[in-house]
Amino acid sequence: MKKDLTATAVGLIVLTLVLGLLYPLAVTGVGQVVFNDAANGSQIRVDGKVVGSRLLGQGFSRAEYFHSRPSQSDYNPSATFFSNAGPNGADTRDAIARYAAAYLKTEGRYDPGLTRAQIPPDAVQTSASGVDPQITVANARIQAHRIAAVRRLPLDRVNRLIDDHTDGRGLGLFGEPGVNVLELNLALDKETR
Amino acid sequence: MTVQGWIQILVFFAVLTALTPLLGAYMHRVFRGDAILGSVLGPVERGFYRLLRVDPRQEQDWKGYARSALIFSLGSWLLLYAILRLQGSLPFNPAGFGGAPADVTFNTSSSFVANTNWQYYAGETTMSNFSQMAGLAVQNFLSAAVGIAVVIAVIRGFSARSLKTLGNFWSDLTRATLYVLLPLAFVIALFFVSQGLAQSLSPAQAFTSLEGVKGVITLGPVASQEAIKLLGTNGGGFFNVNSAMPFENASGLTNAVSMLAILIVPAALTATFGRMVGNRRQGWMIYGAMFAFFAVAVAIVYAAESHGSPAQQLAGIHGGNMEGKETRFGIGSSSLFAVVTTVASCGAVNAAMESLTGIGGAIPMANMMTGEVIFGGVGSGLYGMLMFVILAVFIAGLMVGRTPEYLGKKIGAREIKLTMIGTLAVPLFVLIATAAAIASRYGLKSIYNGGPQGFSETLYAYTSQANNNGSAFAGYTGFIQPNAPGNAGSFGITFADLLGGGAMLVGRFLPLVVVLAIGGALAGRKVAPAGPGTMRTDTPTFGGLTVGTILLVALLTFVPALLLGPVVQGLTDRMF
Repeated sequence: MKKDLTATAVGLIVLTLVLGLLYPLAVTGVGQVVFNDAANGSQIRVDGKVVGSRLLGQGFSRAEYFHSRPSQSDYNPSATFFSNAGPNGADTRDAIARYAAAYLKTEGRYDPGLTRAQIPPDAVQTSASGVDPQITVANARIQAHRIAAVRRLPLDRVNRLIDDHTDGRGLGLFGEPGVNVLELNLALDKETR
Repeated sequence: MTVQGWIQILVFFAVLTALTPLLGAYMHRVFRGDAILGSVLGPVERGFYRLLRVDPRQEQDWKGYARSALIFSLGSWLLLYAILRLQGSLPFNPAGFGGAPADVTFNTSSSFVANTNWQYYAGETTMSNFSQMAGLAVQNFLSAAVGIAVVIAVIRGFSARSLKTLGNFWSDLTRATLYVLLPLAFVIALFFVSQGLAQSLSPAQAFTSLEGVKGVITLGPVASQEAIKLLGTNGGGFFNVNSAMPFENASGLTNAVSMLAILIVPAALTATFGRMVGNRRQGWMIYGAMFAFFAVAVAIVYAAESHGSPAQQLAGIHGGNMEGKETRFGIGSSSLFAVVTTVASCGAVNAAMESLTGIGGAIPMANMMTGEVIFGGVGSGLYGMLMFVILAVFIAGLMVGRTPEYLGKKIGAREIKLTMIGTLAVPLFVLIATAAAIASRYGLKSIYNGGPQGFSETLYAYTSQANNNGSAFAGYTGFIQPNAPGNAGSFGITFADLLGGGAMLVGRFLPLVVVLAIGGALAGRKVAPAGPGTMRTDTPTFGGLTVGTILLVALLTFVPALLLGPVVQGLTDRMF
């Protein structure tokens, strides 16, 4: 019993030092030196100012930008939460219907053939993190009509930019391809500056 | 469902199965005392024993072993509770957060020491970097190491050693940490950083979005914590949205590695078991039984999520259910992750569990309701499974009228009684806690969604906590932060915090002691040579019998409860 108490007390002190300080500080040290950009959150700077991170989605409402997925947390990356919208919730149904109506109104002007049934689910359902940096390629292709019209770019050119900013599956296998909205919008700004 | 989706699932199955015997063999050597890394880390190991003043060769009987494990866990609990409550006065606190209230901290401390990592709090608005690193991440390692140590001790009892003892707790704990968890975590953490997971002690970085909205990017020692959170089947996220946060899980590739990290140790322990009892086929039989549950669960969840939710269909949207799912994972990787994290008692989530379809949410619950024995927690999954194997042997023995025998050892009345306690106590506790929470006004305060979803939230909460999983239908709450972030003015829902905390402690330590007692009873028992009448336990037939036993004993207990919540939701298009 006494032996166990001694071992517990000493063990916890030593293990807290090793596992709780040495280990994370070692990873931090190596990470900061070798993978500096990634370790600091893959920040994107424009003219020296931080405009976000390539891994964090942000809200876009202007017509000349591709729009991110709806966010339950107003795209706040420092206080995240799930929507927790249930599969049988009347409020879930209403929220999706609202997002769908807004999407149709925004995109339908530029893509007249668009129907509600064609709206990709990611465009009208909130993501898990609230800061999903990506939209699906299908979603981007629909928005491309608006971007092309507002920015007076050929649709082909916009679609090529979408392709350039689509991240593929991991090792070609894992997950789904997605279009990085912030990077795509930055590329558009560069294109039509 | 898509072909691409299925291919990634099948590749994942194959990689997991291929790595199982490799890590299994490695761990076998670690606990035999000739670890491959022994030449490098051996001096560290021996130095550690000197500091602790323990003799690693001094064997303990089951009571001594259990006493050491319990005292160590109690010490861990007290230390963690102190760190979390005092975090306002401790270093590495760039945001200046004070401690969370006592009831919430009771829940959190119990949660991390019990390898559950249920979180009523939101990491990035509640915890300082010091609490995350020196408090929570340390318990991520240690609760996992305790689980591994205990299962190794139990296997020694099952094996043909002639000793009546189970080994030395301090030695097993040290070896699990030093040779298994720490090296793997270090490598995985560095890989994670290279892929974009944050790892920094800097204060949050302010930014102005393209459309001029100001925000802050919260950083922290995320990758290092992430690696052990997955490897140790812990699951507590640095951020509130856990592995859905891009800084915790940046891409399809990190997601695949995350899922592998969750399952690899529990899976490999089946191979370690096979080697330790001298018959690798015994290990594969257990792996096969676990895998059968796992594969079926994946197929059902993937199908259900691809079908979409009633809410979205009534809103006129076709396609799969993307509510609460990230684009980079899509339906396939999110469904696979939901099953991986609930068959293992991990509880990390890369999608909102509460937004899964009715059936898609019923399966994760059912996974946990088996008592977390389908791979399960590191160590605890296998020792839970061994109790079901004993039950299967017993039932088979009754059917053919022979004395039940496992690995040549006769199974007596005492072992069967202990097994019944070990397999039935936790389910009983879950049902009583859920009933109490549903029937009382104290329990209703925690519920977010109405109708059957509110019941599902409650059932999920107590199933997850008592089985040490930690994932949640996250609408269910026990902690209110009116002025978030920070803990100023925050308060807990005491009923949910205490009942949940109690559930986690009971669900962790009761089976742990029971299974050590079983190991102790079997240790040193004479091994009868296999004869023509011996029932073989390394065959697919016996694997099937084990699967059937789990279905009958564990899952059947919960069918009525499942029918009231998620199954109702899965069968109706009604909105609530």
